[in-house]
Amino acid sequence: MADMINANDIRTKYLRDGMLPTIFCNGCGHGNAIDYTFWAIEELGIDTKDIALASGIGCSSRIPGYVNADGLHTTHGRAIAFATGTKAANPDLNVIVFTGDGDCTGIGGNHFIHAARRNIDMTVILLNNFIYGMTGGQLAPTAPMGSIATTAPYGNIEQAFNISELAAALGAAYVARWPVFYPYQPIKSIKEGLSTEGFALIELMSPCPTAYGRRNKLGKIDVLWNWYEDNTILIEDYKKIMTYGTDDEKVAVMDKLQIGVFQQESKKGFFEEYWKMVEMLMERDDAKHKEVSK
Amino acid sequence: MKYERDPERIRRVLGNKIQFIQGDMAVAYGGLLAGVSFFGGYPITPASEVAEGMARLLPRCGGCFIQMEDEIASIAAVIGAAWGGAKAMTATSGPGFSLMMENYGYAVMTETPCVIANVQRTGPSTGQPTLGAQGDMMQVRWGSHGDMEAIALAPSTVQESLDMTIQSFNLSEKYRHPVCLMTDGEVGHLREKVVIPDEDEMEIFDRVTATADRETFLPFAESPTNGSKVPDFPTFGTGYRTYVTGLTHNEKGFPRTDKQPDHERLVMRIITKITDDREEMMDVEEIALEDADIAFVTYGASARPAESAVALAREKGLKVGMLRLKLVWPFPRDLITELSKKVNTIIVPEMNLGQIYHVIKEFAVDDCDIICAPKIGGEMHLPLELLEIVEGC
Repeated sequence: MADMINANDIRTKYLRDGMLPTIFCNGCGHGNAIDYTFWAIEELGIDTKDIALASGIGCSSRIPGYVNADGLHTTHGRAIAFATGTKAANPDLNVIVFTGDGDCTGIGGNHFIHAARRNIDMTVILLNNFIYGMTGGQLAPTAPMGSIATTAPYGNIEQAFNISELAAALGAAYVARWPVFYPYQPIKSIKEGLSTEGFALIELMSPCPTAYGRRNKLGKIDVLWNWYEDNTILIEDYKKIMTYGTDDEKVAVMDKLQIGVFQQESKKGFFEEYWKMVEMLMERDDAKHKEVSK
Repeated sequence: MKYERDPERIRRVLGNKIQFIQGDMAVAYGGLLAGVSFFGGYPITPASEVAEGMARLLPRCGGCFIQMEDEIASIAAVIGAAWGGAKAMTATSGPGFSLMMENYGYAVMTETPCVIANVQRTGPSTGQPTLGAQGDMMQVRWGSHGDMEAIALAPSTVQESLDMTIQSFNLSEKYRHPVCLMTDGEVGHLREKVVIPDEDEMEIFDRVTATADRETFLPFAESPTNGSKVPDFPTFGTGYRTYVTGLTHNEKGFPRTDKQPDHERLVMRIITKITDDREEMMDVEEIALEDADIAFVTYGASARPAESAVALAREKGLKVGMLRLKLVWPFPRDLITELSKKVNTIIVPEMNLGQIYHVIKEFAVDDCDIICAPKIGGEMHLPLELLEIVEGC
């Protein structure tokens, strides 16, 4: 194919001049997430002029800075609420939120659950690294039990949020979770998310060797990346084992994080419903006005 | 669907030119007349009627109303909408205003035009939800962290609630700054006559949008259109690909967080773009000040009993006048200095324990007596109480 585009072209086309190098550490998965997003945008043929990004605070929230599109780097946890307003003001924009586990489900949990519940038309790309990385390794609401963090020095005793299952339970139109070391599935899911009417969540499990790995005997990049391999299971496989497997097989997968597409529903997004109502009201008013002017 | 301001439709939706409505509803009317196309709000007494009015009327004008999950989300959505090209507003009261403080600062730092109507009640904390107060006159100025300037207006009547909401939008669009309409539970729940202005009876100022070359345009620098310190606005979706951050940023909008001059340059521009125009922005009403020895300096609801007290005092032959600050911030410091040279005593009635009193003290000359006349607990001053203070001078 003559118009075949390669990885270099993608970077030149979509990265913002003057913002590199990124703040990301060696072994961080956030760069992969940026790359997958670029490929998804490219393959869908979306003009970046029509994209509005929003993010909160944290490593993942720096991503809009690296993308050559309009972007709001906002306050901690609030990106989804900001993005709701942007989408309301200009329905033509593709609104993408980059957020982290702490940003989205710690301080920003309320906005996340309500946007999912309302089925607001946006794509949320959530980079879950189990930790507050930028601030130096404090406990996140997603950290597996027993994890060590600077604010959980004796081991985490809290249950972790299962973000994707939470979003699915709230009725989000599209929900998928992938570790970043799967290259193709995240691209496909981001594409599906961007093409979804309503709320789409793509939870990308992104390793943080610096702030999470180091304290949890997962500091070596290959060891950390292997951890994901050992501790995740495809949703379909999980279901099969839970239905047909032996007790031992069930115990072996019980605590693994399921990955794949959790939910894919065709339903109207908030704004489609909203603007339909507005049109109806305005037509009604116009008809009444004509009647009176007669 | 994209909003387009349709003056005829808005007036049709609002109804009769002369109405008898609450102050809160007048705020909603003012917003709609100014061309608000996004309202995000959260229920709170005594401001809920603004959101209720917007929920009912804004969709019929072609705009978007969303009841957000809290006040933090409300102001966030408002700022997000502004970048999407909307004139956007929210309305709240004390506790909600406190919650908004972080994103209020974000709007200042990112130079986002928007309007916050604060129908003030008292505190601390939940306080007296259904009663009026002027509890946030300092919070609006100093409540968000860091150095900033505020633009805040205080209506005393229902008509002013409408007119000043339009004025708030005009100022926010002109200076690309979040403007606060500091009304209160008394004026907000008061019913009075309002006259809805015709299109030629009101002024509308829209933000200067960016038209410069996309490659060289600097989104956080002086305007290339008119040389003003207020940058041209690169609406999202128009191809400028702007990065907007609450971090200290350079003229391109890129984070620059470790150098002192970068921060000082940015913060001084976003402050002086407002303070340079302090005189131009000033909006006051002077009552019987020509020969006055004693002056009330007041604003908002407390101006009403003060005006009555002036009339009562004049009947008794006392030379009392009143200066009413319609725009409280940026503070008319020179005017206060001049006034303090003219009169012997300034009395400051406020529905708090003395907030603007301290600012007046700061700018008045030393030999003018400044009297703090506080009233808290959800009751307005009585004219006779204020007269007593005058007589005691």
